[in-house]
Amino acid sequence: MSMVAEAPLKNAVPTDQELIDFVVREARLIDQQRFDEWLDMYADDAFYWMPLEWNQTDPRLTCSLMYEDKLLLSIRVERLKGARTFSQKPKSRCHHVLQTPQVDSRDAAANSYVTWTPIHYVETRLDEQALYAAWVTHHLSVENGKLRIKLKRVDLINCDAAFGNIQLFM
Amino acid sequence: MTRYAGNAAAIRSLVRDQEVHRDVYVSEEVFQLEMEHMFPNSWVYVGHDSQVPNAGDYYGTTIGTQPVLLVRHTDGTVKVLHNRCPHKGTRITSETCGNTGKFFRCPYHAWSFKTDGSLLAIPLKKGYENTGFEQSHAATGMAPVRHVKNYRGFVFAKINDGGLGFEEFFGESLSSFDNMIDRSPVGQLKVAGGVLRYMHNCNWKMLVENQTDTCHPMVAHESSAGTVVDVWKKAPPGTKKPMAVEIIAPFMSPYEFFENMGIRIWDNGHGHTGVHHSIHSDYSAIPGYFEKMTAAYGEERAKAILGENRHNTVYFPNIMIKGPIQLLRQFKPIAANKTLVESWTFQLVDAPDMLLERTLMYNRLINAPTSIVGHDDLEMYERAQEGLHSNGNEWVNIQRLYSPDEAGQTNVAVNGTSEWPMRHQFRAWTKFMTMGM
Repeated sequence: MSMVAEAPLKNAVPTDQELIDFVVREARLIDQQRFDEWLDMYADDAFYWMPLEWNQTDPRLTCSLMYEDKLLLSIRVERLKGARTFSQKPKSRCHHVLQTPQVDSRDAAANSYVTWTPIHYVETRLDEQALYAAWVTHHLSVENGKLRIKLKRVDLINCDAAFGNIQLFM
Repeated sequence: MTRYAGNAAAIRSLVRDQEVHRDVYVSEEVFQLEMEHMFPNSWVYVGHDSQVPNAGDYYGTTIGTQPVLLVRHTDGTVKVLHNRCPHKGTRITSETCGNTGKFFRCPYHAWSFKTDGSLLAIPLKKGYENTGFEQSHAATGMAPVRHVKNYRGFVFAKINDGGLGFEEFFGESLSSFDNMIDRSPVGQLKVAGGVLRYMHNCNWKMLVENQTDTCHPMVAHESSAGTVVDVWKKAPPGTKKPMAVEIIAPFMSPYEFFENMGIRIWDNGHGHTGVHHSIHSDYSAIPGYFEKMTAAYGEERAKAILGENRHNTVYFPNIMIKGPIQLLRQFKPIAANKTLVESWTFQLVDAPDMLLERTLMYNRLINAPTSIVGHDDLEMYERAQEGLHSNGNEWVNIQRLYSPDEAGQTNVAVNGTSEWPMRHQFRAWTKFMTMGM
């Protein structure tokens, strides 16, 4: 599948390969800093969740590193473009290595598909480079013939460690 | 080369009325002296007693760079113990928190200690007979920190015998803790939600100063809060303002807002911003909360408690609290150029969950290593830590709205953009650095 543009689904129900390609494409768009296209992969009611605790179940009454709706994600994307975003002068860059996403569940009747993807993520700026390891769970559904992210959950292997700035997206 | 050790005059010379020498931020020697003198001479926040509710519960932390344990003793009181075995120095616990039962047991040679630190047993005790062991340092067990105060759940400790008593050290500043605690209908807080830990490559005092720096938000946070304001402007008219926008947008308030909010100065480096109003003043009401407060305190008192909108209260040396959103940040020194920032949150016991939800949202939007507001600040601290190595100017300026008669004044409210709190913190810094030197 071409990574340049989003390919429409061939049928109403996505194949496993289409789910996998979608997850891989999301990481690629982040790495290539195509953030507007990246945001389009999210449903309007989507959340990006990065828990703070190991095996965290509650995003509301337990703190998270990130638990952001599309408004907050779009604010991040706008901020990255800002002329006075000094923490991005110079800009950060990032790099994803994905294990092949596994399709954990598929329920066409409920329009709900879940994938699980172990990743290594490198974020770098100036002379600093940090390596993170995480498991990413995508909850996907089909909207108007296209896959969309309803929930992206990023479980860092060291979620409770003290970190410096993490400025981009895993 | 030592310049400052045992030299109180040299330390005093680092702090002038309107400027401080860069060595207070960059010198490893000054940092070591802070750990040897200033932190042990001060009342330092250790933890909250809700972290150790049951006998044997412990929580490991640091005072300055010294490892200590907060522990609930069998008699129900909380103790603060140095976290090292008196035998070989092994740290007794490595997990941050847990329950040790009736006694601590060192994992190296099985020496055991009661939860007040006293020595309980040593294997093969006979080997110490007739060796004068009773007179050894080791015989006293895990050394307790002798000066501990549990103030309405907030536990402070002072390592040195010298210095000031708890009440004298904090004085009227405890009113900010009172207000935060009184916001619970039953006057009780509980640590909740987890702690955010954020590593900063800068001196710990830069963070403390920043808590009362009201001339930076509209500048340094233009990238984050300014973007929030811009994006929110595009929302269709009539859209309900989300909690996240209520939280971040006020960082873009104009200079006049911060000038008029006021700053209060107390003794010993303590003080708070937001005398009259603050960025927390205009949050939406949480359904059912005011009714609970009124039932508990009566309407007049409930209004008085909730009418306080103190912004940041700094407690010298290294914490700040936000009463209106039940948050405490501790700036833990690691090296002259390295600081661990811990941001703790509290649940108001018997208040609606929505308050904790807002507190946690505030914490992750502002204080997380993934926070865009945090990114703005850390960039400035790290640039300062690097810039201070320039020999073009060895001094940092803190003279905004300076007045020659301010030293010695206490409990005064001044213009909200004054750098008086920073001057005040450095007066306290000199006092507790050189005390007993």
